[in-house]
Amino acid sequence: MSDTDIAAYALRLGDDALVLAQRMGDWIASAPQLEEDVALANIALDLLGQARALLTYAGALVLGADGGPRSEDDLTYLRDEREFVNAQLVELPDHGDFGHCIARLLVFSSWQYELYAALADSADQTLAAVAAKAVKEVDYHRDHATQWVLRLGDGTPMSRQRMQHALDAVWPHVEELFETDDLVVRLVSERVAVDPAELRTPVLAYVAAVVDRATLAVPVTTVRHSGGRRGIHTEAMGYLLAELQHLARSHPGATW
Amino acid sequence: MYGDHSGTPEQVWSHDAYADDGDADFLALIQADGRVEPRDAMPNAYRASLVRQIAQHAHSEIIGMQPEGNWISRAPSLKRKAILMAKVQDEAGHGLYLYAAAETLGVDRSELLDKLHTGRHKYSSIFNYPTLTWADMGAIGWLVDGAAIVNQVPITRCSYGPYARAMVRICKEESFHQRQGFEILHTLSNGSPAQHAMAQDAVDRWWWPSLMMFGPPDDASPNSERSMRWGIKRFSNDELRQRFVDMTVPQAQALGLTLPDPELAYDDTTGHWRTGAIDFTELFEVIAGNGPCNAARMAHRRGAHERGQWVRDAAAAYADKHRSATATGAVA
Repeated sequence: MSDTDIAAYALRLGDDALVLAQRMGDWIASAPQLEEDVALANIALDLLGQARALLTYAGALVLGADGGPRSEDDLTYLRDEREFVNAQLVELPDHGDFGHCIARLLVFSSWQYELYAALADSADQTLAAVAAKAVKEVDYHRDHATQWVLRLGDGTPMSRQRMQHALDAVWPHVEELFETDDLVVRLVSERVAVDPAELRTPVLAYVAAVVDRATLAVPVTTVRHSGGRRGIHTEAMGYLLAELQHLARSHPGATW
Repeated sequence: MYGDHSGTPEQVWSHDAYADDGDADFLALIQADGRVEPRDAMPNAYRASLVRQIAQHAHSEIIGMQPEGNWISRAPSLKRKAILMAKVQDEAGHGLYLYAAAETLGVDRSELLDKLHTGRHKYSSIFNYPTLTWADMGAIGWLVDGAAIVNQVPITRCSYGPYARAMVRICKEESFHQRQGFEILHTLSNGSPAQHAMAQDAVDRWWWPSLMMFGPPDDASPNSERSMRWGIKRFSNDELRQRFVDMTVPQAQALGLTLPDPELAYDDTTGHWRTGAIDFTELFEVIAGNGPCNAARMAHRRGAHERGQWVRDAAAAYADKHRSATATGAVA
């Protein structure tokens, strides 16, 4: 197996976690109630921790232009948008809509849960260790999202409508999570990576069960957005990175 | 974090409260340095004063999430981002303990939040200043949390048990925050010339407001006296401010940063650092609602609350449905 492939794979998972941590961080001090500020901050911190482990690993595997490893911060702050390989789902803005935040978290945490549960058996020991730790965190994220979907779906008529709209809004970005490409095929054959296509059935089964219990409908759509793994993002991504990166880039070489 | 505590003009005692100073048992308990617990008899004015102070403190914690939350998305390294997220999360946690402590006095959080949102309750004025650069995360941790610790450590011995106990945990976390702030500034001060300048600018802006967190001078603080008699307040505003100055000046020297006070000097006879005169007119302006961020902080808080109303309503409706389902033996 090539280090370049493993680095590219770790970068995908790391970018997913990083970008969602950035989005979740926006909720701290803006949540519907104080307990939720604490909970969403917890989730953001878990995701950020996963991102740091994965980016550090990716950066150590492939040397940078100067011949040395690239740090988590090099990879976070100094890559351009087209070099980010997260799925588009995690970069979608919430526009202050808690339902949207929760719809995305339900889908993403269900996906991450199945992914990490399988990746804990990876032939790559570092990925296996990161996954074994992360799966416990993500189990909590998934439960948190589940509890909210049940409450918002089976709450008031208005909340039911809003939660349904939120699911509808994220749904065109769900299938991207299950896409397989040559990189994944190579790493799956080496037992390093998990084939995203194999996650589709358990993830959608879990999500559908929650949606059903919440008296909501699983959205039906033929719209399917994709491209994140190739560095093709939504327009929102540029603004996310501008905010994330501007200070670090304003002081090249500085230590913080 | 924080809060400029009893004796500040932000904490206005109700005038009729002065009539009720407590019966002999209550006063004996206070004088013996005992702890008043929620089920104990206590004067109405003592209860009202504590509700107001604890609520103001809780409000300060949750409003205080905003100036630092302002930099979470822009933190210049992932390590700093994680530390800052955890810090702002701690502040939400402090808000929770403090609202819970206030609830032991027979009020509820939604009522207190309503008073905050309608301007009937205040919060610490320090949060009405803007966080303009990353160095402000350092200056807030070092100076604002530092001042808060000096204010709050004595409250761990407050006569009201639940408040005192909440404060023990809060002070431990604040102490951690203060060291984190110091470390941010230390890194900046020893970094590039631009980073050093950023650190100095932040200290220049936050120093005087931090000193004002202790409230007006003792001779202009009419409310302190009974609060001290009741064991809610242990030291005067000026005593606490002096303690903060004495603690902070050597730390500024260690940081290689200057405090923006040309008159700051060590007094050999007393062993204290003396500051120049503090211009309290600015504090009173900010308290009056005219600080740079008063309107923005309140708008943000109300906005988050209003945008979350449907969520809280849904949670309540869900709980009602499932409570009645359980009561009738149905399976949820």
